[in-house]
Amino acid sequence: MGSREALEKLNEIALKVYTDLENNEIPKITLPTRAKSNIRFDENLNVWKYGKGRTLRSAKTLDGAYMLLRTMYVAEFIKTMIEQNKSSTLRELYYISEGWDMAKFNSQQESDHLAEDLETITGCLREDFRLRPEEDGARIIGNILIEEKTRSGEKRKIHCQDDVGDAGYSIPYNVEKEKIRFVECDADFVLAIETGGMFDRLVENGFDESHRAILVHLKGQPARSTRRFIKRLNEELKLPVFVFTDCDPWSYRIYASVAYGAIKTAHISEYLATPSAQFLGVAPSDIVNYDLPTDKLTNEDVKALKSELTDPRFNTRFWRDEINLQLKLGKKSEQQALAKYGLDYVTDVYLPEKLTAFGVLRK
Amino acid sequence: MYTGWDAVKEVRFLTKEIAYELARKQKEISVAEFFERNKHILGFGNPTRAIVTAVKEAVDNSLDACEDAGILPDIIVEIKEGDREGEYTIIVEDNGPGIVEKQIPPIFGKLLYGSRFHSIRQSRGQQGIGISAVVLYGQLSTGKHAKIMSKIGENEPAYLYEIAIDTHKNAPEIIRREIVSWEKPHGTRVEISILGDFSRGRRFLYEYLQNTSIVNPHARIVFIEPNGEKHIFDRVTEELPKPTVELKKPHPHGIEMGTLLKLLRSTKAKKLSTFLKTEFISMGERTTQAVCKKANLDPDLDPRSLTREQAGRLLKAFKEVKIMAPPTDCLSPIGELLIKRSLKHETKEISPEFIVATTRPPSVYSGHPFQVEAGIVYGGNLDKESPVKIMRFANRVPLLYQQGECVTTAALSSIDWRRYGLEQRGGKGIPVGPAIFFIHVASTSVPFTSESKEAIADIPEIENEIKLALRECARKMQQHISKKERRRKTREKFLLITKILPEIARKSANMLNKPVPNIDGVITKIMDVIWIDDSIEYEKVKRLQTTLDSFEESKDYGCITKSKITVMNYKKKSTEFLLYAVIPPEAIVGFVKPKPEAITERYIKWKIPPLKATQKYELYFELAGLNEGDFDENELYVDGINPEYVIGANKWEGD
Repeated sequence: MGSREALEKLNEIALKVYTDLENNEIPKITLPTRAKSNIRFDENLNVWKYGKGRTLRSAKTLDGAYMLLRTMYVAEFIKTMIEQNKSSTLRELYYISEGWDMAKFNSQQESDHLAEDLETITGCLREDFRLRPEEDGARIIGNILIEEKTRSGEKRKIHCQDDVGDAGYSIPYNVEKEKIRFVECDADFVLAIETGGMFDRLVENGFDESHRAILVHLKGQPARSTRRFIKRLNEELKLPVFVFTDCDPWSYRIYASVAYGAIKTAHISEYLATPSAQFLGVAPSDIVNYDLPTDKLTNEDVKALKSELTDPRFNTRFWRDEINLQLKLGKKSEQQALAKYGLDYVTDVYLPEKLTAFGVLRK
Repeated sequence: MYTGWDAVKEVRFLTKEIAYELARKQKEISVAEFFERNKHILGFGNPTRAIVTAVKEAVDNSLDACEDAGILPDIIVEIKEGDREGEYTIIVEDNGPGIVEKQIPPIFGKLLYGSRFHSIRQSRGQQGIGISAVVLYGQLSTGKHAKIMSKIGENEPAYLYEIAIDTHKNAPEIIRREIVSWEKPHGTRVEISILGDFSRGRRFLYEYLQNTSIVNPHARIVFIEPNGEKHIFDRVTEELPKPTVELKKPHPHGIEMGTLLKLLRSTKAKKLSTFLKTEFISMGERTTQAVCKKANLDPDLDPRSLTREQAGRLLKAFKEVKIMAPPTDCLSPIGELLIKRSLKHETKEISPEFIVATTRPPSVYSGHPFQVEAGIVYGGNLDKESPVKIMRFANRVPLLYQQGECVTTAALSSIDWRRYGLEQRGGKGIPVGPAIFFIHVASTSVPFTSESKEAIADIPEIENEIKLALRECARKMQQHISKKERRRKTREKFLLITKILPEIARKSANMLNKPVPNIDGVITKIMDVIWIDDSIEYEKVKRLQTTLDSFEESKDYGCITKSKITVMNYKKKSTEFLLYAVIPPEAIVGFVKPKPEAITERYIKWKIPPLKATQKYELYFELAGLNEGDFDENELYVDGINPEYVIGANKWEGD
């Protein structure tokens, strides 16, 4: 979708509000309810999408009226950017709103949320609205040659082992085909890693070379560009994807957003999610099997685990068993807990064992 | 000359039992021993209490004396550090009527001097333990004598007495007597050194004086601390409390066997019927006959010949026959207006958003008239997370201790405050919220739980009246809270229709390059209410003094309270309805517009005509006879319209 279309869609919102006012109706917009209760598995796309639940934003309430007013302001702002061929970060959008009088956002969370609302209403992506995150994408290291279009428009080839330092290749916010092309790749799988510490351990131990892996650092809850990049690696290069995280409820959500799609962005799940991505560990059963050092679950952890038991994305045999086991243990652990057995244990024993079980490595 | 320091007040603190016991044993034990034994119940149990009790005795006496003499009290309380660690000199000076010279020594130097047990009227001293007990405590704890200075009139000399108590004889010992000059026209100054703990007692002392000033709105109290810091609790009215009438005779309800026997023995009446009619109040011919019949006693019987058993039948008959309640002009309530004014004055720093008070009609328990008053201070800087504060009073004296044992606390705790917008676990106990509760019980005989007179006993009639009073205040508080909440919600809608919606209209039109649409229709759809707003202003005016043939401007200022009410219709169309503005009984209604349907002493009533969408209708009235701030919130009611559609007024429940 391009800017022209995005503009048209924004005008449609304005027209809806205008027509309501003209007809003496209280202006309102409906949009999909963005909540756990309203995500359904889409059989065709193989990802989790919003269901039929709708939220009404009506000027009858103060919150609804503010939302409509801000929508008008944001729409106008986007229109100006498109006309002037500019773009802004989500953070800039938040600061720009300082000059919007009553319509000003109280926090960036509010403006980010509204940008997502606009996506769900119009079916556009925020990139179409010329809005981008300031999140730097995560890093990758592996035997892959990438061609990136730089700011000056020149195309530059980058090899993600030979041309980069230990920090790896940094994923830009735009990872679409017009920006990034995969030229050559000789690897067997993608390993997406939650923490920087573990990413650096695998790099230092040369795991990418020894086991023909492409290592991706997720940096916590992964940015859209990271998820999109992983999806492209999976779809275009047919590489299986494994997610390697800590052993706590928050980490499972990181896996879920890579594999199933996040609740907040379920309107673009088919664009971001990698349904075939598999959870490698650290799983609660690993705590038992590998006798890992642990911490006690906090009240928040327990609450989060229980909430996951009612999350349709986790409604599988594997997750039910693992989550119930963890609740029973009352323990959690970390990726780096594997260092209990030495710095090379993770690359020499743990990962090979796991990957062999998944059939990626042969014994 | 009548002296306010009427000596007899000394003993009122003790029940008959103790008095009799002491009288019996007087020869066997010295007063010092008696005091030592009863120290805790007399309020000198610990050094913190001692300092409060000492001040309290003196101040209560000063207030009673001034009131009896019809003088607006000006009281100075000064605490000075003494020569030794823990020694303090307490100085209480008043502008009361003074004490006649020969009365000075016995009042201050003799425990249980005189008696006024059968005086049936509301007075503070009832709770006191007597100033001579303070003198004795001072003497026992510091070895120092009390210094009393008193003057009874402009052309009279002032006497300075230094007095000690001879603890063996229970008699005053005059150490020094001097005639001195004192610029005060009349008054008394008491100076007593005691052992006490000021640093701990200070908080209670301050609270006692502040609370005393609240229930004595006519008094001005100055408090000077040892470090020289000065606090002034000013008066908020120049009006003295209504003088109370003393009941000369008891009411048959609640009389005790001993008293009855004594009356029977000492009466001059020859017949039982005459005895009943002359020695008691509320006993007419018919009631007397009914009592005699019930007791199965011949009305012609000689009262002096009655046996104990016969007297017991009489006592029983008193309870079974319906007897008219005693007159209540022996009570002196503070009144709603003055309670509100006082509370407002003393809670200034809290800047509460709402103060309400109520005075219940007098009632009777076991033959004793009593009357309950209550008040609530709400909001402002008061802590929302803490239990409410309770201020308890009996006969205009603050009760500082034993809150848990007091009937006031029991009554308060038994009400479900969640209905009135406060938090309360399980709907029982002391509620949590930004409020101070005020409870005053006035009676000719306040039933205390013990001799320390800090808690009122659990009498069902009293508890019930307290509950009624609190509920009355609570209803008003709740109305205020819900009115505020509805106004806040509607204010949000105002913001919505006056600011946000027009901006949405403008922006959407801009985006589409179209003219800005008219949004009046949407506005009434969103609001769908009638909004009543009001404001109150005060204007200081010079009071006119009317003489026979001329008006003269006097020097003192009066105040006119001006209330403005605006009715805004945000419904498509409104129908005619009635609007009531409640006015305080003290107020005199001045200019009113538009012409009201009716003005009564309780309210002004208007008929509001049908209004078109977004039409405004304004009303106005003036009140005289009130001080600035007495009337600070309109109490508005509507009738003939669904109150759900009205913001800023409640449903009229009838006259």
